[in-house]
Amino acid sequence: MTNSISEIKDCKLIFLIGGNPTEAHPIVGLEMKKALRKGCTFIVADPRRIWFAQHAKLYLPLKPGSDNWLLNAMAHVILAEGLENKEFIKTRTEDFENFREFVKDITPEKAAEFTGVPAEDIRQAARLYAKSEKSAIYYTLGITEHTCGTDNVRCIANLALLTGHVGKSSTGVNPIRGQNNVQGATDMCLPDKLPGYQLFSDEKVVEKFEKNWGVTLNKKPGNTAPTMFERMSTGEFKALYVIGEDPIMSEPNQDYTIKGLESLELLVVQDIFMSETAHYAHVILPATSFAEKDGTFTNTERRVQRVRKGINPIGNAKPDWQITCELSTRMGYKMEYPSPKEVWDEIASLVPMLAGINYGRIEQNGIQWPCPDIKHPGTKFMHEGKFPRGLGKFFVLPYRAPAESPDKDYPLLLTTGRTLYHYGAGTMTRRSAGIIHKTNDCFVEVHQADAGELGIFDGELVKVVSRRGEITARAEVSDKVKKGVIWIPMHFAEAAVNKLTMDAYDNITQTAEYKVCGAKIEKL
Amino acid sequence: MVMVPKIKLNINGKTVEVNKGKTILQAANSMGIQIPTLCHDSRLEPFAACRVCMVEVERGKSSALITSCSTEATEGMVIRTDSEKVLKSRKMVLELILSDHPKDCMTCDKCGTCTLQDLAYEYQVRDSRFFEKPDGGVTADENKAIQQDTSKCILCGRCVRICAEVQQDYAIDFKHRGFSTETGLPFGKPRRETTCVLCGQCVSTCPVGSLVEKRAVGKARDWELKQVKTTCAYCGVGCTMFLNVKGNEIVKVTSKTGSVPNDGNLCVKGRFGYDFVHHPDRLTQPLIKKNGRFEEATWDEALGFIAGKLNDIKSRYGPDTIGVFSSSRCTNEENYLAMKFARAAIGTNNVDQCART
Repeated sequence: MTNSISEIKDCKLIFLIGGNPTEAHPIVGLEMKKALRKGCTFIVADPRRIWFAQHAKLYLPLKPGSDNWLLNAMAHVILAEGLENKEFIKTRTEDFENFREFVKDITPEKAAEFTGVPAEDIRQAARLYAKSEKSAIYYTLGITEHTCGTDNVRCIANLALLTGHVGKSSTGVNPIRGQNNVQGATDMCLPDKLPGYQLFSDEKVVEKFEKNWGVTLNKKPGNTAPTMFERMSTGEFKALYVIGEDPIMSEPNQDYTIKGLESLELLVVQDIFMSETAHYAHVILPATSFAEKDGTFTNTERRVQRVRKGINPIGNAKPDWQITCELSTRMGYKMEYPSPKEVWDEIASLVPMLAGINYGRIEQNGIQWPCPDIKHPGTKFMHEGKFPRGLGKFFVLPYRAPAESPDKDYPLLLTTGRTLYHYGAGTMTRRSAGIIHKTNDCFVEVHQADAGELGIFDGELVKVVSRRGEITARAEVSDKVKKGVIWIPMHFAEAAVNKLTMDAYDNITQTAEYKVCGAKIEKL
Repeated sequence: MVMVPKIKLNINGKTVEVNKGKTILQAANSMGIQIPTLCHDSRLEPFAACRVCMVEVERGKSSALITSCSTEATEGMVIRTDSEKVLKSRKMVLELILSDHPKDCMTCDKCGTCTLQDLAYEYQVRDSRFFEKPDGGVTADENKAIQQDTSKCILCGRCVRICAEVQQDYAIDFKHRGFSTETGLPFGKPRRETTCVLCGQCVSTCPVGSLVEKRAVGKARDWELKQVKTTCAYCGVGCTMFLNVKGNEIVKVTSKTGSVPNDGNLCVKGRFGYDFVHHPDRLTQPLIKKNGRFEEATWDEALGFIAGKLNDIKSRYGPDTIGVFSSSRCTNEENYLAMKFARAAIGTNNVDQCART
């Protein structure tokens, strides 16, 4: 997030697109509810009538995969009606003219055809967003889990640049991160970058790491997870060490993932439970949960926070950090640290954006990066006065259709998501008695008109089929989801929705298109 | 920045300057003067239900008792928080509250953190002239998260208000009239059939033992619990919370107002989703697959096997046929080490994590 959770309550307008904070990020949801009580205007774009859609000034029930049309058409309206922030565009951005030319043709009327949202509502959304004193955009995976995910994010950034709703308190471009440490994992662990997004092309950076680690780095760009699976499918990948992940549950197209893992000479799975992936492992290493170890997580607002050991490891389990160190030492590369604190100190010494953070400073409350030195208080909101690259760049982003759209054989559009009560692959929440009481089975949300045509009743078990597989789920019939769209949560191994989803990826981030594919429902 | 006008008032003989709009309670707290409260929670609008926070305000030659939580401090006010009149009223209020509250602190899970117990002790209210056997009891509800005991409810309304004002779920409200008044779900329905989302915010704000974490009942006295401050391991919001530990077991999870970024709020997953830690399905021993079946191994065997195999694959096919998946579920330190392991120990950049999926 460019901005902070504590700023949410003071937003004058929140444009929430492709995110459902009351369920997926409940405490951010509470901050938004606080804003709502204080009179903040909400515009909600989502194919499902989520909690905030019911409380929004403007609800735009758009067709999944059509975000590009909605966002570009809003830019069209802002420019056509002269609502842009001319000063901001002039002093803080570049490539504006190309963008202006491009969106001239993206009229709300055309966008209405693709999105299913009335043109007048698109106009109204653009006006409200542009005119409000403090407008913030919040989004999550509804924007990114598409083959055009990066484009979608850039479309959002275009709107913020056009109106200057960035670099100030209670504004910004704010992706709410889904997992406890997805920010930190990305900060630390990418195949094409060194920690803190430092580039291999920078000789000084490479030299710094080589000196600290006492090795010569391999300069060949690394594979992303999807590329590794691609290479497994052709047999040229031999070994995989999986720490705390369950790719069989989390990668799209489950059959393909399983075949890949089966081709390996060595699969090591390090986890707290016998995950779906662990069944295919050659060796399983028992790790500890968050309650049994020390360390830090970095939250969605870039805040590095302490994790503290509450109990001793269960059985013979060991914390992940310790296992990795011991394995490395055995392989001949010595990694020895007395505790995670010393690991952090090494990170801070190598990563400029974290240089000012240490365990002592975050004993009470975490600190938000960038925090370049020990006196720096951390960064509440980013991009004040200047962007990291200098000027904010407008991107011209024509619509690209999803990899698979509904057709004659698979007439429904399947989209996926998360619920309040469960988390990820469900390995933790489904083992918590307090939670499973409320809901513990897979369901598919179907619009009542579609259910009527199919002859399906609320609560009936149905078969959901795509070109890649089929699952059985309980039908939840209502008008929550848009007609023609069905929605399935991703938490249930016995009805894993990634048996249905498509292994098509965003061209830049290689995020899979979990949000759109064709499907059909059959009576059992 | 908008400048907020200041006002001056006198509390217990000392003058204090505060921002206009602050309550007397906030003004007193800002100078370190504690005023007891039962129905007050900084996350909620003032409610003035419990009357414990009464203070004496000078009105010319006379004076009046007013609720400090709901009265705005104004210029020139002269306040006493500890006068005889205040103390007498406070004792009377406590006596009235205790008249309808069971005296079973010895078996109550709230014992030790109960505000009513603390106040009764502080003001030495041992008995109530008005005592009658309180009605109600533990509500029948099969949920495993929240236990309600209506007999202990003091009708401060904090549960009702946190559900309405903060959660905006409106699952609970006051019911009935007079002595029969209690808080609860509509028509006595079980929680799962209502709009209750089992967030347990009502538990977090209850000042007495009326709403407690069901699975912690009978497991530990409060003073036996070690509170370990940590960060929630579910979504990316990063709520600060406390593991309440006895022995090697998490008994419950709590949070505190003022914590960053959640101000004491937690959701159903953060507050009640910890059982997995102690679940019998936990992997507790390294396992090596032999003839298609997993067999227990020592750490030494397992790590030796992996190291040998990885070195072998590396020498036969090269380091770029090996990959490491780290996880958003692991700490920064662990992700850093996984990355360092791939690059320095194996010699490949094939290291990724689940952020893209």
